[in-house]
Amino acid sequence: MNAFSVLTPGGYTTIQDKGRYGYQQMGVPVSGVLDAFAFQAANLLVGNSKNAAGMEITVMGPRLEIGVAADIAVTGAEIGINLNDQPVAGWKSFGVKPGDILDIQQVKGGCRAYLAISGGIDVPEVMGSRSTYVGGKIGGFHGRALKAGDVIKCGEIKRLTRVRETPLDMIPAYPSEIAIRAIPGPQDDFFQEGLDIIFQSDFMVSTKADRMGYRLQGPKVELKKGMPKSIISEPTMPGGVQVPADEQPIILMVEQTVGGYTKIVTVISVDLPKVAQATPGDSIRFEKTSLETAHSLYQEQLKKLHDLEEILARQ
Amino acid sequence: MRTTMQEGLFENARYRIAGDRGLLVEYGDIIDAAVNSKVRSMAMVMEQDSPAGITEVIPTYRSLLIVYDPAITNPAKLQKTLKVREARLDEIMIPPPRTVEIPVCYGGEFGPDMAYVAESHNLTVEEVIELHCRPEYLIYMVGFTPGFPFLGGLCEKLHTPRLETPRTFVPEGSVGIANNQTGIYPVASPGGWQLIGRTPVKLFAPDRRNPFLYQAGDRIKFSPISVEEYARIFKQEQE
Repeated sequence: MNAFSVLTPGGYTTIQDKGRYGYQQMGVPVSGVLDAFAFQAANLLVGNSKNAAGMEITVMGPRLEIGVAADIAVTGAEIGINLNDQPVAGWKSFGVKPGDILDIQQVKGGCRAYLAISGGIDVPEVMGSRSTYVGGKIGGFHGRALKAGDVIKCGEIKRLTRVRETPLDMIPAYPSEIAIRAIPGPQDDFFQEGLDIIFQSDFMVSTKADRMGYRLQGPKVELKKGMPKSIISEPTMPGGVQVPADEQPIILMVEQTVGGYTKIVTVISVDLPKVAQATPGDSIRFEKTSLETAHSLYQEQLKKLHDLEEILARQ
Repeated sequence: MRTTMQEGLFENARYRIAGDRGLLVEYGDIIDAAVNSKVRSMAMVMEQDSPAGITEVIPTYRSLLIVYDPAITNPAKLQKTLKVREARLDEIMIPPPRTVEIPVCYGGEFGPDMAYVAESHNLTVEEVIELHCRPEYLIYMVGFTPGFPFLGGLCEKLHTPRLETPRTFVPEGSVGIANNQTGIYPVASPGGWQLIGRTPVKLFAPDRRNPFLYQAGDRIKFSPISVEEYARIFKQEQE
């Protein structure tokens, strides 16, 4: 079923799901959504399984002509949404019909919004995922960001019987001053003062911030004297904070598999969406946490999503 | 005190915490075939007999990244299961490496840096080709882009530094040299390696049953082809 025709594509709109796993050893990065909580909430709001493919919208939203009767939800960044020139709310489902014009505007807070439609977006699975990896020209819609004129299909539609709405206290805030928690390592032993600098300074998100990594600006994160500037290339994790030769940290995101620079700390999984929602000029401060704390926060996040699933199913 | 059986190969694996979903396991601190063989053996063992909660196992030069689901397991548990498997490493049969032959059309428009590489080593283009095609290169790891093989064993006479300014576009199939390494760009990407030729073979085909022709641990042998052969194979590969 033709779900949308793209009238204007917006800043950088791609089809994503939870990512492509099992191929990093072949140089294929995970890709997938950057803000998993917002993405999964969008799917639950329209009655999909939580990892059905959706749209990841960056800064400026697309303008879409609807081709089907369905339910849609837009979550993530605070963003204006107009359906036939009438504003509709985010984090809440709304019905659409063929011929409707859905206009998603520019973000007012945060960076990335997620759009889910009944049945999920239907593009072919490539190596087990529908996620777009533009660098490898695979997944999503022809391995690239959406363009005007693209026609996007959706899966089998099962309409909601009533509107679903996220409880206010479960909607994350996306401030422009962000505290993110991080665990020292894997190469924290290459640093001494550098660790104090990373945990005690404010860094600014530079304009070089994308799905591959967020380059930060701030005081130099110095290696211990005599430590090599690079290491033998090794696998990288999303959230790894890499310190390249210029000593300005880069938070790695989802489109890198290996790298030859030291990682001083690694951002914890539940705080990665906060990074993904940061825009150039925002301020980031790292807070030290432990592996045990990160794991219990991870469990709490799973429970929060499970609770949301139950709340929405009861609505 | 002597702590290693062999220079650069650790007697006991060293563990590093890579965030709340990653455990990095190091088997040595050098680029070396014996260290790399241990990494790949462990990766294979982990794949054949995978402990619960493991999402990915990624082998590289001298380390292995275990990506896990924190809802199911944690580094303490993983280290225990890893130690048991390490002790059994010698008993495990590792399949012999395959050698994959990659045809390359050297020089000309496909190898814009060939003249520089030849001149800087006082070699003729023919000598560069002969030296590049002689070894069977070990694939130490695959990464950077889908299917990009990092190959060890480049003849010392061909060691050439990276370009000072990387190219913003390196065409698919380009064969390059960076210091003591050689490799192939399976997809077009930016890159700073000295380009000496190009292969018409599709190294990454996501729609193929097996999207890749080789994996870490296999060997690659280059063979020189003419422009005509390049065109013929290229056409075949596109069908």
